[in-house]
Amino acid sequence: MKTYKISLLSLFSAVLFLTSCGNNNNSSSGGALNSSAAEKVYVAPGEQDEFYAFMSGGYSGNLTVYGLPSGRMFKEIPVFSQFPTSGYGYSEETKPMLETSHGFVPWDDAHHPDISQTNGELDGRWIFINGNNTPRIARISLKTFETEEIIEVPNSAGNHSSSFITENTEYVVAGTRFSVPVPQRDISIKDYKSNFKGALSFISVDPEHGHMDIKFQLMMPGFDYDLSHPGRDKSHGWFFFTTYNTEEANTLLEVNASQNDKDFIAAVNWKKIEEYVNNGGGTKMPANYAHNVYDESTHTATTTMKKEVLTVDPLKVPGAVFFLPTPKSPHGCDVDPSGEYIIGNGKLSADLTVHSFTKMLDAIENEKFDGEAYGIPILKFEDVLAGTVKSGGLGPLHTEFDGQGNAYTTFFISSEVVKWKLGSWEVIDRKPTFYSVGHLMIPGGNSRKPFGKYVVAMNKITKDRYLPTGPEMEHSAQIYDITGEKMELIYDFPTHGEPHYAAGIPASILAPKSQKIYRLDENKHPYAVLSPDQARVERKGNEVHIYMSTIRSHFTPDNIEGIKVGDKVYFHITNHEQDFDVPHGFSIIGQNTSELLVMPGQTKTSIWEPKQVGVWPFYCTDFCSALHQEMQGYVRVSPASSNLELSWSLGED
Amino acid sequence: MKTNPTIKTIVMLLFIVALSSCKNETTSNAATTSSEIETTADTKQGQAFIEDDSSTPNVLQIAINSPDHTTLVAAVQAASLENALVNAGPLMVFAPTNDAFNALPEGTVEDLLKPENKEALANILKHHVTAGNYSKEFLKKFKKLGQANDQSTTVEVKGDDVFVGGAKILASIDAGNGVVHVVDKVILPPSN
Repeated sequence: MKTYKISLLSLFSAVLFLTSCGNNNNSSSGGALNSSAAEKVYVAPGEQDEFYAFMSGGYSGNLTVYGLPSGRMFKEIPVFSQFPTSGYGYSEETKPMLETSHGFVPWDDAHHPDISQTNGELDGRWIFINGNNTPRIARISLKTFETEEIIEVPNSAGNHSSSFITENTEYVVAGTRFSVPVPQRDISIKDYKSNFKGALSFISVDPEHGHMDIKFQLMMPGFDYDLSHPGRDKSHGWFFFTTYNTEEANTLLEVNASQNDKDFIAAVNWKKIEEYVNNGGGTKMPANYAHNVYDESTHTATTTMKKEVLTVDPLKVPGAVFFLPTPKSPHGCDVDPSGEYIIGNGKLSADLTVHSFTKMLDAIENEKFDGEAYGIPILKFEDVLAGTVKSGGLGPLHTEFDGQGNAYTTFFISSEVVKWKLGSWEVIDRKPTFYSVGHLMIPGGNSRKPFGKYVVAMNKITKDRYLPTGPEMEHSAQIYDITGEKMELIYDFPTHGEPHYAAGIPASILAPKSQKIYRLDENKHPYAVLSPDQARVERKGNEVHIYMSTIRSHFTPDNIEGIKVGDKVYFHITNHEQDFDVPHGFSIIGQNTSELLVMPGQTKTSIWEPKQVGVWPFYCTDFCSALHQEMQGYVRVSPASSNLELSWSLGED
Repeated sequence: MKTNPTIKTIVMLLFIVALSSCKNETTSNAATTSSEIETTADTKQGQAFIEDDSSTPNVLQIAINSPDHTTLVAAVQAASLENALVNAGPLMVFAPTNDAFNALPEGTVEDLLKPENKEALANILKHHVTAGNYSKEFLKKFKKLGQANDQSTTVEVKGDDVFVGGAKILASIDAGNGVVHVVDKVILPPSN
């Protein structure tokens, strides 16, 4: 009894920074929106949004494009998943995009989009995103808003600390979440320790075409590499990765990976390793991974299987890799716009740990080490720590910046966004989210130059925010105006799939260069027909190639005879429109793939394998014109034994 | 309340059995209670205040439905922690009984419930919450647990009993978002 009294007294006398972490509602964020909030998000009919927001689709495998502040969705860009809307992953031209060393993989778990940069500022050329499940990195053109390239990442599994971009888009970086045996081999799972490696892949990006190539893989100890971020400005040349499971447990990680009070942020001096590699350093090892590139002039993707990858042992490059102790299984790893502060979001903690880049360099210089792990020096926690944010929230995950000296951190368990000040670490404001927020995004908020007008909170749980749609619902997002001292909730909208992170950019950077059509006279597709008189049908054994063109409002040809059961019929459709936003679609009864949506000037191919004798119609799936319903045709399918010659026509009696 | 402790435990266990074996009864209780909250605190918004009569009760609803945890529930409400207890978690709540609160020095609970002590109260309550979901049996694997107030507490095994921060687990109830372990003492955070 007496003990309790003493404890309680001391508890009361202690200065507690903690505030409540549950219901932080107040009138400005709680009930109905006030009229000024409505004005802030209202984009009048015919007006356009101020920002693009690219949200990862998570398990949809794709990337969705939204406008801010309206929350309107403009497009779903197919990346890692087959997409019947356009025929991506179904058409012959795009099937190679989804090839991997595991064969055709028509889906992935798309996670962290990041926009290309020049001098640490968004340049809007490309956006990259990682496939988490079958490790891949995709590059999407921000001119056509189409996926142009996908590279598989060997020696990686659970490609989660990806795909983050260095200041001049020198590299897109992909770190493995799950360590695996390198090279893969048949060993007992219990032999995890020292047999499993964590590969951190530095994928170079060609400055002109954006083409990706794995420059080197840093083979780190078998931890889990959770998230990462490049250095900015003064810390440019370094990359930081949060780790957990430094215990190297291989089972029941929720217990066994939480034994150490601190895990690490791995600091990697990639410039030093680049130099080492450029001077012939590193070890080439056999590998097998797909590199898929879409060629805009042929409208066709090709797959190249690569057979070798350059690996780097961190111990061979002294002074290139260090560990920064960071409490409580840190998740998000974020670097402020100045590059000075490296923030570890300890996901089972209430606090944020902020490391100082300057102090880190000093600790390295003066060898302020606290032992080592697998030969990699561990820097003394106290000697790299810049400060601790006593947030009072629970379960910090991710941090973004507004460029005004403030940081914004999401808290999953306490369901809130907390605004705090860099340097003084004081909490300035907190607002609830609805509910259980994961990532957040400020346009440019992870770059040297954030556009700190809005923050978007991407929640994991929706429950009662919208009209119910049964057990499965889209996730919810909230937009807060962050131009004032306090954040103001101004809008709430559903997002598609599960957005793990997003990237925002001012519309003024992208909109003017968004492509309107593909030029027909630049179409180099081998099966394109550049004028209707080239339209034809050719037989090669049981393969039939139909060279078909479309224009409002007919197919050329639209009557085809001489096809037989057992034939493999290739419909190569070229859209002859050269007018913005006039696609034509193509579908035929019994098509086992999907329809095609063919943009002006583009050629796409669908295979049809007729199984039944008869006369079968095809039609345009896009309401292209006033005579869209007339845009149809017939294919006569004869028995396999038929001797009927091929014939085709348009407008003949 | 000078009830014989054994009888008290049996009554409580019976209540728990009723809670877990009769879903309809439980859910109708939950629905009634949540509507009461809405009328008493209509400015409150968040997951704690969603009407849901089909999901397994969450840790907060279980506490609200327990006649033996009225002090704990009052404290959670005073500290505005409802929404933290209904999160996806998973959450493991060590729920001291009314008797456990009564065992604190006289006036302690009253003091903690005062608005000016809201933060201290929240800190104590959060020291009763772990991000995790482990059965009493499974807890025997642990030596310590990291609690939601950012401090650790101990796990000790004595015979069949498991003590968390010195408090004995009396019973355990599975929740929709974790588990509630009923404990016989208030677990006070170690002083800094």
